[in-house]
Amino acid sequence: MTRELWKGNNAIAEAAVRAGCAAYFGYPITPQTELLEYMSARMPQLGRAFVQAESELAAINMVYGAACTGTRVMSSSSSPGVSLMMEGVSYIAGTEIPAVLVDVMRGGPGLGNIAPAQSDYNQIVHGGGHGDYNLIVLAPSSVQESVDLTVLAFDLAEKYRSICVVLLDGSIGQMMEPAEMPPFQPLRTEYPDWAVTGAKDRERRFLSSIYLDPPQEEAANLRMLRRWQEVQANEIRYKTYYMEDAKFAVIGFGSSGRVALTAVRAARAEGIPVGLLRPITLNPFPEKVVEDLAKQVEGILVVEMNSGQMLEDIRRIAKGAAPVEFFARLGGIVPLPDEVLDEIRRLAKGPLTLEGHPRDRWLARMGTLN
Amino acid sequence: MDTQEEVIVYARPDSLTKTNTHYCPGCTHGVAHHLIAEVIDEMGLRERTIGVASVGCSVFAYNYMNFDFVQAPHGRAPAMATGVKRVFPDKVVLTYQGDGDLASIGMAEIVHAAARGENISVFFLNNANYGMTGGQMAPTTLPGQKTTSSPNGRDVETQGYPIRASELLATLDGASYVVRRSLHDPKNIRLAKKAIRTAFEVQLRGLGFSMVELLSTCPTNWEMTPQNSLKWLEEHMIPYYPLGDYKVNPAVAEIKG
Repeated sequence: MTRELWKGNNAIAEAAVRAGCAAYFGYPITPQTELLEYMSARMPQLGRAFVQAESELAAINMVYGAACTGTRVMSSSSSPGVSLMMEGVSYIAGTEIPAVLVDVMRGGPGLGNIAPAQSDYNQIVHGGGHGDYNLIVLAPSSVQESVDLTVLAFDLAEKYRSICVVLLDGSIGQMMEPAEMPPFQPLRTEYPDWAVTGAKDRERRFLSSIYLDPPQEEAANLRMLRRWQEVQANEIRYKTYYMEDAKFAVIGFGSSGRVALTAVRAARAEGIPVGLLRPITLNPFPEKVVEDLAKQVEGILVVEMNSGQMLEDIRRIAKGAAPVEFFARLGGIVPLPDEVLDEIRRLAKGPLTLEGHPRDRWLARMGTLN
Repeated sequence: MDTQEEVIVYARPDSLTKTNTHYCPGCTHGVAHHLIAEVIDEMGLRERTIGVASVGCSVFAYNYMNFDFVQAPHGRAPAMATGVKRVFPDKVVLTYQGDGDLASIGMAEIVHAAARGENISVFFLNNANYGMTGGQMAPTTLPGQKTTSSPNGRDVETQGYPIRASELLATLDGASYVVRRSLHDPKNIRLAKKAIRTAFEVQLRGLGFSMVELLSTCPTNWEMTPQNSLKWLEEHMIPYYPLGDYKVNPAVAEIKG
């Protein structure tokens, strides 16, 4: 295959088609809409199911229905729409069936704006819907990685009978980059042994998230938790850059990680021994890597496009083994490499402290920025 | 002494499981379940039918129906049915929903499923209250009707008017067959069964959205004997919710003929 110029949202859509996605249900919302538009032409062309739903609420419940047939199905949306989908997300998780969801994040809370942000981290990584469940969360930082992780999302969702979320910010959805598309996978013609397909020559099946008898609900919760342990054991993905001899580390995912990489390279050129960790699976989180890294370095800088949602995870995992600093831009602003470089310089210069909260120090510095 | 040979004139349909009912004595859910199961048996659809249960008293519909079933969040059965049907256009997909589910929290989903002409069959049980949660006011509760959340009777000044779902959905071009029947006496039960059959015929012919509204009783929450509740349905519900055919696509008329 050759590399072609693809817009992020379109690339994800085509990758899903090639991964054997048989049904797509969605609702227009910026900065995700091109994905829906692409599917509206592409899916019927291939004789596959496409419905523009009346709301994100309906879209996720269409996904729920289609997922019950054991076929590959997806939806996509952006932050406010994803909030509306949380009902269906919880039900799908509780029914233990696979589905893929793409969240192209924008500024918030509320209507916010349509510029890139990473402020759905807590909602997607730590819950959002009711009840005990975990989603597999993949965070790409380029169009190519969005393509690759979309294909992976279908495989992981199926393998673990789980929702797999591809979590990216609006800039990756909107930008154009060269990318290579995966090969076409055939649509499935056989269905898993739990799927509802009509009770022909077998006992009837029903799929539900209801366990009215508390011991049965507890058993279901434990089953999901044990399956999640398997995900934690097998599916953690991340990338490190220049970490071998690093005395300082930057941690950022998606676009923040990508911007930070430019800053890390510039800092290296200045002789600062700094490296980067870019988590790719945000859930399960690369906890062991962060734990080891905290023992290796003299200071950590967390860079995000939210008010420090992943920061809390890093602080919890680092357990004070290394001082942590924080830098973020909010409300739909992407941090500039120079801003991150300044923060790396500050980190290397010190003095660093384990006292106080890095968010408070960053907020105090933001006072001079704005 | 003569021995009389026993002849089965009435049996449990294959499409019903041998499960004890959880419905209250006198409730018409059992009648509706039975009619749907009889029709599915008679039409030979059991092995290709997928049901979508809703939230309300009929949340356990799948316990009684002996075919594949899924269970939707409150109000979302038409969306979930859309997902199933779009993947499996050749299967028969039905939803079974109450009035709180369909006409309140699920109003957007039912309207748009009908507007899209979604090729599914909806069975809509209207008993003028929220049965499962203990008899609160529903969108279908009659003016003046006492419920646990309209203790002085539904005051239309502050609590608005009932929604006539069949009339509303009949205005949509995507709806092919929308009728209201009642389960209060044998004659009407037979008419209801015919309508259920027509709804499935509509779906099998790919004619689009079909819905049979079934006026139903809730003796427990209405605080009436089963017999009095049937009478109340006839005297109070039917005048507000007239029985009849609200939308019959010309192509459907041919099936009926």
